[in-house]
Amino acid sequence: MTVDVLIDWLANLVDFPELAFILAVLICAIPAFLFIAVYALVAIYGELKISSFMQDKVGPMGQGPGLHAGKWGLLQPVADALKLLLKEDIIPASADTKLFILAPFIVFIGAFISFAALPFNQNLIIADMNIGVFYILAVSSLGVIGLIVAGWSSNNKWSLYGAMRSSAQIVSYEIPAALSIVVVIMLTGTLSMQGIIQHQDGLVWGILPNWIIFQNPFTFLAFFVFFISGVSECNRTPFDIPEAESELVAGTFTEYSGMRYAFFFLSEYANMFIVSGVAAVGFLGGWHSPIPGFLEAPGWGLFWFLFKVGMLIFVMMWFRWTFPRLRVDQLMNICWKVLLPMALLNIFGVGIWTVLAGR
Amino acid sequence: MSKNLSEVLLEKFPGSVIEMEEIPTDHIPLNGDKWFEIALFIRDEPDWKFDSLQCITGVDLGEENGLEVRYNLHSMVHSHKIEIRIPLNRDKPVVPSVEQVWRVGDWFEREVYDMYGITFKGHRDLRRILLPDDWEGWPLRKDYEEPATYHGIAVPKEKEGWE
Amino acid sequence: MGIVHGDEMVLNIGPQHPSTHGVLRLVVKTDGEIVSQIRPVIGYLHRCFEKHCENVSYDQVIPYTDRCDYIASMNNNFGFVIAVEEMMEITVPEKVEYIRVIMAELNRIASHLLALGAFGLDVGAFTPFLYMFRDRERILDLFEMTCGARLLYNYMWVGGLSHDLPVGFLEKAHEFLDYFEPKIKEYNDLLMYNKIFIERTSDVGVLPTDVAVNYGVTGPNLRGSGTKWDLRKNEPYSIYDRFNFEVPVGKGQMGTIGDCWDRYWVRTEEMKESVGIVRQALNELPVEGDVHEALPKKIRPPKGSIYKRTESPRGDLGFYIISDGSPSPSRVKLRSPAFTALSALSVIAEGWMMSDVIAILGSLDIVLGEIDR
Repeated sequence: MTVDVLIDWLANLVDFPELAFILAVLICAIPAFLFIAVYALVAIYGELKISSFMQDKVGPMGQGPGLHAGKWGLLQPVADALKLLLKEDIIPASADTKLFILAPFIVFIGAFISFAALPFNQNLIIADMNIGVFYILAVSSLGVIGLIVAGWSSNNKWSLYGAMRSSAQIVSYEIPAALSIVVVIMLTGTLSMQGIIQHQDGLVWGILPNWIIFQNPFTFLAFFVFFISGVSECNRTPFDIPEAESELVAGTFTEYSGMRYAFFFLSEYANMFIVSGVAAVGFLGGWHSPIPGFLEAPGWGLFWFLFKVGMLIFVMMWFRWTFPRLRVDQLMNICWKVLLPMALLNIFGVGIWTVLAGR
Repeated sequence: MSKNLSEVLLEKFPGSVIEMEEIPTDHIPLNGDKWFEIALFIRDEPDWKFDSLQCITGVDLGEENGLEVRYNLHSMVHSHKIEIRIPLNRDKPVVPSVEQVWRVGDWFEREVYDMYGITFKGHRDLRRILLPDDWEGWPLRKDYEEPATYHGIAVPKEKEGWE
Repeated sequence: MGIVHGDEMVLNIGPQHPSTHGVLRLVVKTDGEIVSQIRPVIGYLHRCFEKHCENVSYDQVIPYTDRCDYIASMNNNFGFVIAVEEMMEITVPEKVEYIRVIMAELNRIASHLLALGAFGLDVGAFTPFLYMFRDRERILDLFEMTCGARLLYNYMWVGGLSHDLPVGFLEKAHEFLDYFEPKIKEYNDLLMYNKIFIERTSDVGVLPTDVAVNYGVTGPNLRGSGTKWDLRKNEPYSIYDRFNFEVPVGKGQMGTIGDCWDRYWVRTEEMKESVGIVRQALNELPVEGDVHEALPKKIRPPKGSIYKRTESPRGDLGFYIISDGSPSPSRVKLRSPAFTALSALSVIAEGWMMSDVIAILGSLDIVLGEIDR
């Protein structure tokens, strides 16, 4: 389902190419938005329950169908979302109203338009651009502008702190993340998401699937560099210093409530999906089955992709409920003194390896 | 213990220890004038080494007796302790501050000031600590009367309603 | 282009803030992330404890002491009653002494659990906090079984206790200790030896011994600085001289002596020692004895004054009591360990980062109820 195909098809039906373009975009965007909303509900539920089991408690039990009001509390995220929707929309008197209203949408747009280039299976991709990876890296950094705008316009010292922290953090961590993706591009020779996945077909070392993570030791390392940077870009613990509820109250989001807060929340979860998605595509074979040739149909492709993404998101949640938070300077140290040299080393190493091993 | 120390203090700082008919065994009544010097002395003198100020208590001994400040000192080195009492005039209670001798005295003295209105001469930051800055009166003095209102909020006198 | 000049920003941390452990307000001057000045503002929880005490009888003071350090109410009861008992020269039955020690030590464990959990929360680790609360609940269950209350016990009375131990307490207590001891290791693995936690706390907020003594810092905070000072050992009150236990002191294992990590470590070790004390006390607890036997008909201490210190989970808890021979005390002054610990905050935390200030505050384990009284 590429958007270009849709545009061509619609252009044959209606006479105005502009209308065809708008319709095609809408047809793609609305399901994507619904997907994010549904996924966020599932992820929030997962986070609630996973954290509960890790913390030796039961988690939400009240909401949901069935006996005893549903002991799994399946409708808890729906109730949460409804609560946020119905809450009073508070805009502080001293806030910069226009920017304050705009900020959550900027953050969300950054996360939302990245979905355009994520391949869910062999066919299910909104736009299989020939610069897909580049596109995702570029637009996903839009979010940080929204965070800065949010922190600044709230006119609150905590928000400002959070904004300064998050801008420094996200901008820094984009570098090792991007450099790790360079490794993938070097090996596959393409920037197209589908192209990268198609490259990972078959076996490597005789038994392992030909995923880029397994192709040589440097790519193995690159995956972890990318994933750690990705966790940091999502502002998740142990890198959640922009929110840091015990230090900065709620950081950037201090003054936000109701629907606007929900948008930040949604963007955070959407960002987790994107980071995990790019990691899955770039290193874990995307929609390929772990056993080559086994369950490779497009339907299963969707399953494998979501499964890999889900596992990575689970790991992020696991981090969150295990680790304490790093300090700002330590965070920067890890980025510039550990991850960045490692990312550069990986590029170098993969280059050498490719020349010597000839693949 | 306290007898020995009071003898030493009398020798070193004549007139500092208040003479009493019955020499007390558990504390030393001191004259406030040289308290800062005495404090430095007993903190640093190797024989005494009162390096830890445990507590400063303000006391109101009633209409005729006036106020008093009591210091409980302790030595971590020798593991001995002493109580120093400095009686003060009710109308103009002033005592030298030992905040710079034992830093813990900073907040303790502010608290005594807060509750009794005792001025610690030489304290660098003598403000109310527990009560609001604009509170009037010294609540722990025996002759204290609660104000009828505070910022327009009535202070309930009749307890029946809420007790 | 002129010189880039950073203005200092004044930031109010609290009185409503997630990690000020109550209603503390810190007015901090910050230069970016660096905190250059801290001025604690206290008194938001002032409930006129000392004024109340002058107007009620001695036994009515005890519930007020509960409300001072509400995390360790048993220890506050303990401090007050033994001060009054010493004034009145009451000897309490053996059994009462043992039960008091059991309760005080169990409460010490509960208090340390909360302190450590909240410290973890301050540096961003959420899960250990809930684990520790889970186990604290079990201690509270034991207390509930004994005196019916879970937080404010009013259990220790002048001359005795409000209730004898209930049937089945000993088994439950032993069961708890057996369950709890291995859990300490679990917490240490999860939090104390976590690399990030060590990074966050070692070498941070170093409190040197001389500064600690000068600022009147006591208890685990002083021991974290390497001074072996514990009133249970150095000035044994009640029957603490009968038990075998060690006084752990900070060794600077992960950094400098007296850093936040040492204070954390000292508290975990103290929990182990407390478990040992409770075990010994449970084993030696006399079967016979009436906890109401020595309760005086009238509590009227003779004229005089007393300053009595006990070791509460936060340090030296002193009661200065003046009696004029009437049924209500003429003056009760509570020397609170958290009060002095908080006064040392500005010395050890200035110059560190915002995040560190929160961590240092957490490591000092303050309870605002006791500071503001």
